[in-house]
Order: sequence, then structure tokens, then C-alpha cells
Amino acid sequence: MRLTLKIWRQEAPGATGRMVGYQVDDADEDMSFLELLDVLNEKLILSGDEPVAFDHDCREGICGSCAMVINGEPHGPQKATTACQLHLRHFRDGETIVVEPWRAAAFPVVKDLVTDRSAFDRVIAAGGYISAPTGAAPDAHATPVPKANADRAFTAAACIGCGACVAACPNGSASLFLGAKITHLGELPQGRPEQDDRVVRMVEQHDAEGFGGCTNTGACTVSCPKEIPLDVISQLNRDYLHATTGSRRSA
Amino acid sequence: MTAYSEFSVGEPIADTAAPDGPIESRWERRRFGVKLVNPANKRKMRIIVVGTGLAGGSAAATLAEAGYQVTSFCYQDSPRRAHSIAAQGGINAAKNYRNDGDSVQRLFYDTVKGGDFRAREANVHRLAEISVQIIDQCVAQGVPFAREYGGLLDNRSFGGVQVSRTFYAKGQTGQQLLLGAYQALERQIDAGRVEMHTRHEMLELVVVDGRARGVVVRDMVTGEIETHLADAVVLASGGYGNVFYLSTNAKGCNVTATWRAHRKGALFANPCFTQIHPTCIPVSGEHQSKLTLMSESLRNDGRIWVPAQAGDTRSPKDIPEDERDYFLERQYPAFGNLVPRDIASRAAKNVCDAGRGVGPSGLGVYLDFSEIIERTGRDAVAARYGNLFDIYERITGEDPYEVPMRIYPAVHYTMGGLWVDYDLQSTIPGLFVVGEANFSDHGANRLGASALMQGLADGYFVLPTTIGDYLATSRLEPVAADAPEVREARAQVTERIERLLAVDGTRTVDSFHRELGHIMWDHCGMERTEEGLRKALDLISELRREFWRSVKVPGSADTLNQSLEKAGRVADFLELGELMCLDALHRTESCGGHFRAESQADGEAERDDEHFSYVAAWEFTGAGEAPVLHKEDLVFDHVTPSQRSYK
Ligand SMILES: Cc1cc2nc3c(=O)[nH]c(=O)nc-3n(C[C@H](O)[C@H](O)[C@H](O)COP(=O)(O)OP(=O)(O)OC[C@H]3O[C@@H](n4cnc5c(N)ncnc54)[C@H](O)[C@@H]3O)c2cc1C
Ligand code: SF4
Ligand code: FES
Repeated sequence: MRLTLKIWRQEAPGATGRMVGYQVDDADEDMSFLELLDVLNEKLILSGDEPVAFDHDCREGICGSCAMVINGEPHGPQKATTACQLHLRHFRDGETIVVEPWRAAAFPVVKDLVTDRSAFDRVIAAGGYISAPTGAAPDAHATPVPKANADRAFTAAACIGCGACVAACPNGSASLFLGAKITHLGELPQGRPEQDDRVVRMVEQHDAEGFGGCTNTGACTVSCPKEIPLDVISQLNRDYLHATTGSRRSA
Repeated sequence: MTAYSEFSVGEPIADTAAPDGPIESRWERRRFGVKLVNPANKRKMRIIVVGTGLAGGSAAATLAEAGYQVTSFCYQDSPRRAHSIAAQGGINAAKNYRNDGDSVQRLFYDTVKGGDFRAREANVHRLAEISVQIIDQCVAQGVPFAREYGGLLDNRSFGGVQVSRTFYAKGQTGQQLLLGAYQALERQIDAGRVEMHTRHEMLELVVVDGRARGVVVRDMVTGEIETHLADAVVLASGGYGNVFYLSTNAKGCNVTATWRAHRKGALFANPCFTQIHPTCIPVSGEHQSKLTLMSESLRNDGRIWVPAQAGDTRSPKDIPEDERDYFLERQYPAFGNLVPRDIASRAAKNVCDAGRGVGPSGLGVYLDFSEIIERTGRDAVAARYGNLFDIYERITGEDPYEVPMRIYPAVHYTMGGLWVDYDLQSTIPGLFVVGEANFSDHGANRLGASALMQGLADGYFVLPTTIGDYLATSRLEPVAADAPEVREARAQVTERIERLLAVDGTRTVDSFHRELGHIMWDHCGMERTEEGLRKALDLISELRREFWRSVKVPGSADTLNQSLEKAGRVADFLELGELMCLDALHRTESCGGHFRAESQADGEAERDDEHFSYVAAWEFTGAGEAPVLHKEDLVFDHVTPSQRSYK
């Protein structure tokens, strides 16, 4: 198939970028979207141009590296699918596809489609963990966890830290990402002791990084490749309220 | 014949770190034997950890908790994205929560046997012992393992063993374990005890007075070349399956960190021991950039078959039962579709080579769920395998509820790696190697769900103990930032980068990588022959020359340059590939994942314990120069070597 790509090219952080058009004549519907970029890049290199820089690693939808807005949608049109798992059979022959980096104040562009998402790491460092130094753990069966809680924790823990939720949000909020971690750890008895501190510190860091506030548009969960449910944000808000007003979650 | 294959045999090597005596108490005695570093001194000591996967992430966090200063590196933009994140199936532990007869002893036995008697008994026993602590540790960190209705942990059986000892978190076990280690690491970063450098690639090891004292890295965003010095260096940089270009590894997985250390004197052990996983989605065309694993658990319920007649192009639905060949069930009636990975892979290759493969390329076999769907209903199958079926559908556009999956073997894991002793120390003092990057525990074949176990055993428990002994017993003078060894290592890095950019030839890096992959797959893949390996050695050395003559790396060294990153990695793969072929050539027996066509009996692999019961540890003498082989004899006092039989 024949595709036209319009891709954001930007040489360095802070440099002015622009959309550049490219043509790929020998795309194949079994290719993944990133393989399409590979094919384009091989051509660019041979013609003396610089290839399009983009983050990727696992190409299996689990590492959270790949990050691009395709035709206006983070990770593109297919539901619950990262860009690396999106295949060209979802596009039409002759179509023009627009590809841009995440656009968010907290994720500055590094080059082309590559952005700096280190803010996510700092939000986790602010409390997205359970303090369990190596060697101090009791037997794994010492604390049974009701299956319902374990399942909810797992659903939230499936977040891959890609940042699509932020890119989708008109406010550039990372509430879905943050709520996912709060819910994952808060659903488990092991995570309860640090719950109040965690939510306060993580929210402070979230705001300090320049992520916006949540106004419940729900765009995040629609774009989320792991379908993290919106109710993790309600949980985040409840926990935050309780932590800051002194009342606790009834566990 | 190239001169490269005329290797010489050097002094034997031996592991002198493991205590003698009863195997059950060796680790206990080693722990008691290590010298401790006093807490005030720990704060003054710095340890470099390259890699943030399960091995490196757990090591860095634990060392920092213990009080050391840690400097950590990864090439991704976040430590959470290390390749360990992609592990699906699970992690083994001898908890015996099922009361099904499991024990440390049985896990030890299964692992030594599964490795086809090419692993060191003492290491494997320790691994089995520590396995139980790992699960405790991970649960305490909040890893959401699968649970039963009673709230206790669930287990499944995995990879052809007879007990249920695998802990899992749906098909995302690696992700959840890694997030546990990552969060522990971030906690230490926040506490100021770990200095984290993401998007930094280690390109050289600094060795001073024979000891590992630092690394040279490139900041992948600014291109700056930095030196980091320390009291000890830990490599946790993962496996080298990407030498085959197509593998289930993440695109960035590379051998550079370990290969650079090898060039500086660390011996490389059993490089040809590669695991080829039977259940991956077949290649769909030349554009293919990586292969996707379909979890082994599918073999519990799916039946593998091909048409009985070569050239049968009917759709699978139109092929009647009696014209199908369920070849694993036919050849291995006792284990059927559940035979170990190496056996299932070779059987699939053989039927495809005989012209009976399916799919557009003919390189595929069916994995059919129609029977179980009929027996238990679609919903039951969806509950068990739903996410895997979705992945398959997303990639192939075919619905496995309606048509059988097509699968084909793919490179998955590398058992070889830098040689380490019981303390996980390489032949360069002060250089420790953990996780898939070392060669230690899996012999010639790794059992399913054992890599995660090994990475975390190394990182959480073994290394933090043994590295202390090195630091407490070594007198380490400070290294000056402009010491000759440091300047030399930096010069090696900059010269190489300049050379790569200067070639300005006519072929892309990927085209070389693909070609190398074809050579490796054809001649050093599932089946190896003397003739093929000799041919591969010639082809690789020619390809390496061609690479340095005509590779084209666009852009400059002082910005984010993904072509330059790839070029450096492929240059190292071009040297490693040669060593793998030589190792495979010299080992004229078949064992585990290493199948030499010349060494078989009744179509099954035949080991040669008389001549090959050793670890082959190779010494580098120069690119393209014949290396020196050092042998570590393997002694089996506890598990008697036998030929594996799954018939
Ligand atoms: C698809 C798949 C499924 C798997 N499923 C299972 C399973 O179910 N059970 C199981 O036990 N095993 C499984 N495995 C194997 C297992 O995942 C790996 O062996 C294991 O995770 C390796 O961990 P590691 O910490 O050694 O290395 P990795 O996780 O590969 O981490 C390597 C780290 O080193 C860094 N690095 C590498 N080179 C450099 C450099 N030059 N400079 C700086 N940093 C560098 C990387 O950034 C990364 O942080 C699976 C493997 C694959 C491919
Ligand atoms: S919540 Fe979803 S979209 Fe946001 S980072 Fe996690 S996986 Fe990505
Ligand atoms: S490359 Fe890992 S999620 Fe896309």
C-alpha cells in the first residue's frame, strides 16, 4: 500500500519544529506502525537524510517506550493498543497519516517524536512504592489478600507509564497514571501503612512537574492502551481528601 | 578455513569461591565466611550498576539500602522499561504451597537436568534455596501476583515440570516484578543513595591495576562522553539474543556492555548456548523487526499439527483429522505437546524443512484450540488465554478462536554470558555480573520461569552479600580522573564513534544486522553442523570487514543519534557472532539448546560427557584473532547425568 506521512521533525529540545511530508510506496498491511517508520528511515538514511527519531524497545505493548500521536490520537486509532502493536491493516491505501510527539508541558520534546517523560519517574520516586527493604519480608502467605482487592490492584498495576493519558488530556494532567499507582498500592494490605504520606507527596510532585489538574473529561482512559479505568482517579481523590483532612479510608 | 578457528587451549579455570562440603549448607557457610564492610565505610564506597532490569534494578536498590553509594545506568528513558518488563509466564519458587511434593531439592534437580548437565551444581542449589525468599520479598513490595478466592497465592505448572511452582501475574509477571524492583530503586533515588542516569549507554570498562574501577558512558541525548569511577562495577545488561536480529528480545537489547568487558579481559562462557522458543508468531515479511512470543502456557491446551502431506495448501478447516500430523504427540507420546522447548522447536523445524510447514512462508505450524473450545466453551478458553489471543489477533489479523494459530520457533534467551565464580565475580576482580548477562545457572538450556528467579536471586540476595567480601578484602586506592587507563578508555570510545561516523558508506546499519541475523539463524540456530559453522565463520568475518568499509551512519555524535547507537551495538554483535560460531564448532556434542547434527542417536540429541562436561570460557585476543579456550570442569556429585528422554 501507498501512504503519505506527515511527521513532526524537531532537531533538539527547544528548537523550532515543523511537519514534514514523506511518501512510502511499499507499505504492507502486515507491518506494524513502527515498522512503517523503520522502512521510511532506511530510505531517509540512504538518501542522506537523518532518520526520524522515536522511542521504542519491546514492540510488544508492554515497556511503554513508544509514544506518538497518530492522526490526532495518542497511539492511534485502535482501542487498547500501543503504537508498536498498531498494524497498517487499520489504514487505507493512499491515506495521509499525521504523526506527532506527545504534546504536554511536562513532557518536553527531545528530538522529533522523542519526549522527556522523566517527570513520571520523579512522581513514583515521591512515594509510589512500599518500603520493604530486602530481607525483611515475612512469608508470602502471612497476609492473605482478598481476591477482589488483588484483582483491582492488578488492573491498576497494568499501567505501562507511556504517558498517553497526559497527551490526551486537555489539561495535561497525569491523574490517571497517578491514580493507577495509588490504587495498585492502596488495594493491598502491604501498601496501607504509607498510604496517606504517599498520596500527599505524589500529588505535590505531580503538580510541581507541571502536570495540570483533572477536570473529569475522561479522555485519558479512552486513550490508555491498558484501559486503566477512570475510577482510579476517584480513588486518588478520596485518598487525597482523607489524607489531607485527617480521616482515613475505611479499609 | 580462517585462522580464527585455530584457537588454543589455555590454563583450566576453577571456581574457588564456593565452599566445599555439603551442598545444602554451602551458601549458608559462604554467607558466614564473607568479610563484612562496616557501615561507616559503606557510605564512602561507590558501586556502579549497569542495567535496571530485574537483576540490576534489584541489585542497585538493595546495595543502596545496605548503605553503599550507587550509580546506575540504563539506555531507556526510564529504568522501568528494561527488557525484563516483557516476561510473561511466571517465576519459579520451591514454596511447595501446593503440597505436591516440591522442595528445594527438586527444583535443584529439575534445573540441573533441564540444563542438560552443563551448569554448576553449587550455583543451582543456591538458586533453588533463595527462590522462596524472592516470593516473600516481592509480595512485601506489593507485586500483585495471581491469588485464589481464599486470598492465598495461586500457582501453575510451567515448562514441562511435574509440580506447580510457578507464581504469576496474568501474562505480565515480568512487568509486575520489575515494577517492584523499579519502585524500590526509585525510593533509593529519592533518598539520594542512587544516582540514576537514564538514556546513558556504557561503551567501555575502566580497568586499573587489573581491577574494574569504572565505566565510560555516552549521554544519548547530548552525546557527551562521561567517565564514572567506583570501587566495583556490576554488569546487569541482559542477554545477547539480538545477535540474530530477529528475536523476542526488545530492540535495544545488546551485548555491548559485556563484550567491552570481554575485550578488557573478562572471559565469555558458553556463548553458543542459545534458547529457541517454540511458540512465537511467525515472520510475516522482510519488514519484520522483532518476533513476539506467545506464552508457553498455550501448549497446555493447544494441539500442534501440520498437514500430513507436503504441499497441502488447503485451509486448516478443510483438512480432515486423518490427514493431519500431530507430530509432537506422535513422536513423544509421554509428554506430547509439553516436551521441553528445544525439542519442540527442532521438531517444528523438521516438519517445515520437509515441506509441511503452513502459512505464506511455509515456516509455521498450527497451534489449534478447536478441541478445547469445543470441550469447555469459548468463555472458558477466553478466561484462560484471552489476552494472548488478543495479542495474536492484533499482530496477525486472524482470530484464533476461529482459525488455528500459526507459530514458529524464535530466539528467546541466551544461557551463555560472562564467566563468573560462585560470588558472581568475573575474571576481572571487582567486575561482577548478574542476571542474563552472566552464564551461571542454566547450563545448556533454561527452564521456563527460571530467568526471573535467577535475576532476582542475583540482585536481591547473592550479589549484595558477595560484593561486600570483595570490598572488605581489597585495598582500593582512589583513581584519578585523568589516570592513563581512564584516558585510554575514553579515547577508545571517542575513536570508535568517530570511525563509525567517518565510514559514510552505502549500507544502513540495519541491513548489516539483518544479514548477520540470517547467517546466525541459518548456521548457528536450531541445528548446527561443522560445515555450516565453518561457512558462517567465513561469512561473518567478511561481513565485519564490509561493515567497516561501507556502513552509513548519518548525523553527528553530539545529539540523539539512534543510528549511531545501533551501529556500535551491531559492531559488537559482529565480533560476538564469530565467537558463538566457534564455540558451537568446537563443542561437537549436542546438549540442551545446542544441537549438533553430527551428534544424535535416533533423531535425539546426544551429549558427550566424556569430552564436554565443562564450561567453555573464552579469552579475547583481538578482533578476528583466534581466542584462547579455558575449561572449567563440571563435577556432578548430587545429580547423576543421564540422557534426557521425553518419549
Ligand atoms: C518475551 C519474553 C518473555 C519472557 N518470559 C519469561 C518468563 O515468563 N519467565 C522467566 O523466568 N523468564 C522469562 N523471560 C526471560 C527474562 O525476561 C530475562 O532473561 C530477564 O528478564 C533478564 O533480566 P536482566 O535483568 O538480566 O536483563 P534486562 O531486563 O534485559 O535488563 C538489561 C538492562 O541493562 C541495560 N543495558 C543494556 N546494555 C546497556 C549498556 N550498554 N549501557 C547501559 N545500560 C545497558 C538496559 O537498559 C536494561 O536496563 C522472557 C524473555 C522474553 C524475551
Ligand atoms: S494510565 Fe494508561 S495512558 Fe497513562 S501512562 Fe498508564 S498505561 Fe499509559
Ligand atoms: S515499544 Fe514497548 S510498548 Fe511500544
